[in-house]
Amino acid sequence: MDWLTRIEELSYLGAAALFILGLKKLGSPATARQGNRLAALGMLIAIVVTLLDRQIISYTGILAAIGLGSVIGAIAAYKVAMTAMPQMVGLLNGLGGAASALVGIGEFCRIVAVGEPLTPSTLITIILGVLIGGVTLTGSLVAFGKLQGLISGTPIIFPLQQAINLGLLVAFLVASGWVWLDPSQLPIFWGLVAIASILGVLFVLPIGGADMPVVISLLNSLSGLAASAAGFIVGNSMLIIAGALVGASGLILTQIMCKAMNRSLANVLFGGFGSATTGNAEMTAHATAKSVHTIDPEESAMMLGYAKSVVIVPGYGMAVAQAQHSVKELADQLERLGVDVKYAIHPVAGRMPGHMNVLLAEANVPYPQLKDMEDINPEFENVDVALVIGANDVVNPAARTNPGSPIYGMPILDVDRARHTIVIKRSLNPGFAGIDNELFYKDKTLMLFGNAKEVLNQLIAEVKHL
Amino acid sequence: MTDPLLVGLVIFVLASFIGFEVINKVPPTLHTPLMSGSNAISGIAVIGALLMAGSGHTTLTVVLGFIATVLATINVVGGFLVTDRMLQMFKR
Repeated sequence: MDWLTRIEELSYLGAAALFILGLKKLGSPATARQGNRLAALGMLIAIVVTLLDRQIISYTGILAAIGLGSVIGAIAAYKVAMTAMPQMVGLLNGLGGAASALVGIGEFCRIVAVGEPLTPSTLITIILGVLIGGVTLTGSLVAFGKLQGLISGTPIIFPLQQAINLGLLVAFLVASGWVWLDPSQLPIFWGLVAIASILGVLFVLPIGGADMPVVISLLNSLSGLAASAAGFIVGNSMLIIAGALVGASGLILTQIMCKAMNRSLANVLFGGFGSATTGNAEMTAHATAKSVHTIDPEESAMMLGYAKSVVIVPGYGMAVAQAQHSVKELADQLERLGVDVKYAIHPVAGRMPGHMNVLLAEANVPYPQLKDMEDINPEFENVDVALVIGANDVVNPAARTNPGSPIYGMPILDVDRARHTIVIKRSLNPGFAGIDNELFYKDKTLMLFGNAKEVLNQLIAEVKHL
Repeated sequence: MTDPLLVGLVIFVLASFIGFEVINKVPPTLHTPLMSGSNAISGIAVIGALLMAGSGHTTLTVVLGFIATVLATINVVGGFLVTDRMLQMFKR
């Protein structure tokens, strides 16, 4: 091992240490920004050191590629709206997966072209890399399409879905065996790539919009595993370490999200939750039979303004209406009147882990005011008004009381225990999951119909007059 | 223990455990930045892409390496910058 290789290996070790340190610091609000920068520094070191590698004989192409990627990445990072963050993260996951898959494909093509012998371990890692990377890419693209509204957010289910998936998996295994026996058959290898890509699409299509926090976390984990696989392929321990770290972090988030919905990962992935089959007709009939109490903005403003304590419960509806700034302004006005304002955040509110926190942070809400579910739930009994803005399933008491409900057992925010609950919602339509919400029909619940942002602006105007 | 696959597996398993230990108990406020930050780290595949693009074995590998480098760089740069932009907003 000459001195240059030694420096390279040591630098990779340093970069891996910076990644671990960075991730550690990302776990606490006070040090998170520094943590992200440490990880970025680690990445910079790893890239610069790699550029010094003797294997690299031509620089024009790779410098152009780095430049192009940096410009696109930087523009995307600065232009993206905070409300579009789930799509952005989804897309970036996909790009990482694609890069890893391409590394595997390239290595295979190189081995075949050069005529090197293909060892079983190399072939297995290449096939795994292509599978994980391909699934991550196309799965992320479908998730992006769903989040961006390009594809319907409702689960897309078709007959024989599981049978087709199984068939594709079998085909993948058979083709893998074929490549093993005769690696020179490039078309078979490309077939493997194609099957992996189709599997990714089929994996995300049947999953509904409200389950996106799980999917995004899982794809995040997969993008890490894909990088690890690429590390096995090119024999670079730096990639293996970094990929494993990301794989673990994505898996932790996936677990947290599943727990917050009281569902197993298998149920989320294969349950087709919220598809038209969950007994919609019965529920709509149920809904029309009962009556709701409505309230207008003027009266709501009085209730809020003269309350001692108000807890705001944001949901995906707030994100869609881009109402986070209006929420903050309303809170400011209420605080001016001496009202104690807090925010209750459900772990799976929105379309990705922490979605609501990011939006409220953008609107300058101080994060100590954001309360987790466990912290705020015991407090609801002493809360005068719970203001639900575009949240639905996460405040549905049926999760506590109705064993027949699809969401029974899911931990919810107990807004129905507050003295009064005001729900801002566009209509009585059951939410995405097609589950009727008992909360809306309670005597203590007042419905304030309308677009979240418009209603909030009316509220702000009214509260200003108090 | 000289089999590279075995060595790789050891590293992979140990790194996974470190990941679980380091990241457990992250407050929900930081879930999104953690995800986008770790996502940027997964762009480490750029290393493999660079070696492939730069070593010039065949036209195909150079082209594939070029595309992989562009995609991974978007992942890395976009991921770290967008995370920084988010974290900048988290104030007391």
